[in-house]
Order: sequence, then C-alpha cells, then structure tokens
Amino acid sequence: MSKFKKKKSGDLPAVNTASLPDIVFMLLFFFMVATVMRQNTLMIQNKLPFADQVEKLDKKDLIMYIYAGKPSQRYQAQYGSEARIQLNDKFASIEEVQQFIYSERESKREELIPYLTTALKVDEETNMGLVSDIKQELRKAEALKINYTTVVGDAMQNVK
Amino acid sequence: MAKRSAPEVNAGSMADIAFLLLIFFLVTTTIETDSGISRKLPPWQPEDVEPPIIKQRNIFTVLVNSNNQLLVEDEEMQLSELQDAAVEFLDNGAGTGDEACSFCQGAKDPNSSVNPQKAIISLVNNRGTEYGTYIAVQNELVSAYNQLRDREAQRMYGMTFVQMEKNYNDPNYNGNKETLKEKIDVITAMIPQKLSEAEPTS
Repeated sequence: MSKFKKKKSGDLPAVNTASLPDIVFMLLFFFMVATVMRQNTLMIQNKLPFADQVEKLDKKDLIMYIYAGKPSQRYQAQYGSEARIQLNDKFASIEEVQQFIYSERESKREELIPYLTTALKVDEETNMGLVSDIKQELRKAEALKINYTTVVGDAMQNVK
Repeated sequence: MAKRSAPEVNAGSMADIAFLLLIFFLVTTTIETDSGISRKLPPWQPEDVEPPIIKQRNIFTVLVNSNNQLLVEDEEMQLSELQDAAVEFLDNGAGTGDEACSFCQGAKDPNSSVNPQKAIISLVNNRGTEYGTYIAVQNELVSAYNQLRDREAQRMYGMTFVQMEKNYNDPNYNGNKETLKEKIDVITAMIPQKLSEAEPTS
C-alpha cells in the first residue's frame, strides 16, 4: 500500500532559473546592437521646435551636429544667458564653426564627404541672428546640406 | 586512483554580470532617430554679383519681424493662413504662351505668379526672430509645396508625392525604383521648391 503513496511535500518546488542568463543575454545583445551612445554632453538648453514636414536622418556617422541655445542653468553663472554655440563638448565662437566642419571632414573617408549633413539642433527660443551667422559660416565652409532638427508635432505649437 | 571529473564552474553569478551589462546599455541607449526639415544652402558668392531680375508678380514675400509677426505680400497674416496663401500663389497659373501652366487650378490673378516653375517664395527674417517661429514658417511653406505636389502626383500617378518619396527611400520597397525616381523627378520639375532666404535684417 505504502509503496504507491506519493511523496508529499508541503512547499512548492523552486522555479528553475537556469535559463535566466540566456534571457538576459538576449536582451543585452538587443540593446548592445540598438544602442547609440550619446556623443555630446549638452551644455545648453535644447528644446527643439515642432514641425510635421520632416525627413528622417539615418546614417548617424554622416551627420555633424551643431548645437545652439542658452547655456543651461549651471553654466549660466560662468557664461551668461546669451545664446551660444556648442561644438562637441564645449562652447565655441562663430569663427570656430568652419574649423569644426573641416576637422569633421578630415575624420571621414573621402568618398563619404559629399554625403555629410549638418544637423542644426537649435533651441526654439534662440534668435535667428545667431542661426543666420551659423548658416553663413556653413556656406563659407561649403557644407551646404543642412537639416533643422525638430520634434515631430504640430508647428503651431511653436507660436504661443 | 579513481578518475576524477573536473569540478563544474559555478555559473550562478552569470545572471548578475549579464544584468549589470544590460542595465548599462539600457541607460546609455537612445533608439530614436533624429528627424527634421532638410534644406540646401546656396553656395557662397562674392558680394558684387548682380542678382537676377525677377518680376515682382512672381515673388511671394514673407517677412517675419522680431516680435514673430508675419507680413505676407504687404499684409499682416496669421501663421495658420500662410499655407493657403502660399498654395494660392503657387497655383495661380496666370501665364500665357510659353509660360502657361497646364495643371494649375488657381484663380489666374494677373498680379500673381505665372507658373509654379517661375514662382519664388522669398523669406526674410529679422535677427530677433525666434527660431521656433522661423521653423514654423518653413514648415508651412514646405507643406504648401507638398500639398500641390501631392495633388499632381495623385492626379498623374494615383499616389501622393509624400508616399512616393517614402517608398523611394524605403530599402524594403519591392516596386521599380527607377520608374519611381522618374516620376518623382517629373513632379519636382513641375513644382520646384524655390524658396529664397535673404540675409536677415537687423
């Protein structure tokens, strides 16, 4: 009789976690492939304007970023609240834009240079004076393909 | 001596290590791609070049002042009306003979543009204009062009221009890209984007 009696234990059997590393690794590889490291630390306020007639910017390696806007809160004591240009990780003056374009070009393969695009990430409160100055410098440096980076949304939100 | 099997490596901490890496990549990741309005700047020119002479009726002037107000063709205008005004100007088609526009559906006003190929939108902004407003104006003008192009593409090829461009840029599109490119070129030749930007006034 007792031979057929099932062995009963009160507590639940532990969940087998042997496949947990596999699952986590799968996720890890996904994020490793999909990840794009933030290239620059922003030192400026960068609230992009809205627009809906936009084109996507693929091929991140063919884009040069120029940021502009008011210095963020913690830099305001040092740099004031006038809108400024940021290239790579530091503030720059308008004359440095050309040099920046040339050095970016230098770092790319020659056959890719015609496809380089300059993305202007400008805060929506910046005055056009600064943006026009940047554009003039880009024209002098013959970096004619530009893209005003925006957030997808109704453009009417820009005007309050 | 009995054969001893090698002791098994304890893999219990593997999950912890993988988690650590996973969290690092989770934090540093930015998946979204940037998007924006693409423009091509005119090449740099020396100061003393004579600008070409263009008839006043073919120019649609948009002025934006430092208070972000719009002055379109010497009349004050709200931003929401700009798109319709621009479409009306581009689509006017008052030209005759060589300049005739075969597809325009506009009012044929003799004081407005003759042909979309001749029509130029001139955008002048002040140094004090806010960038947000500037982008909004650009956006409205581009959407005016797209509206016309969509209409013509729909009429000629049964597909909107925006859709055609999207297909063309889609690597997974399995139609004929060559003919699609030809169609896109036909439409852009019919309605070229002629958007001129003057140096800002101060």
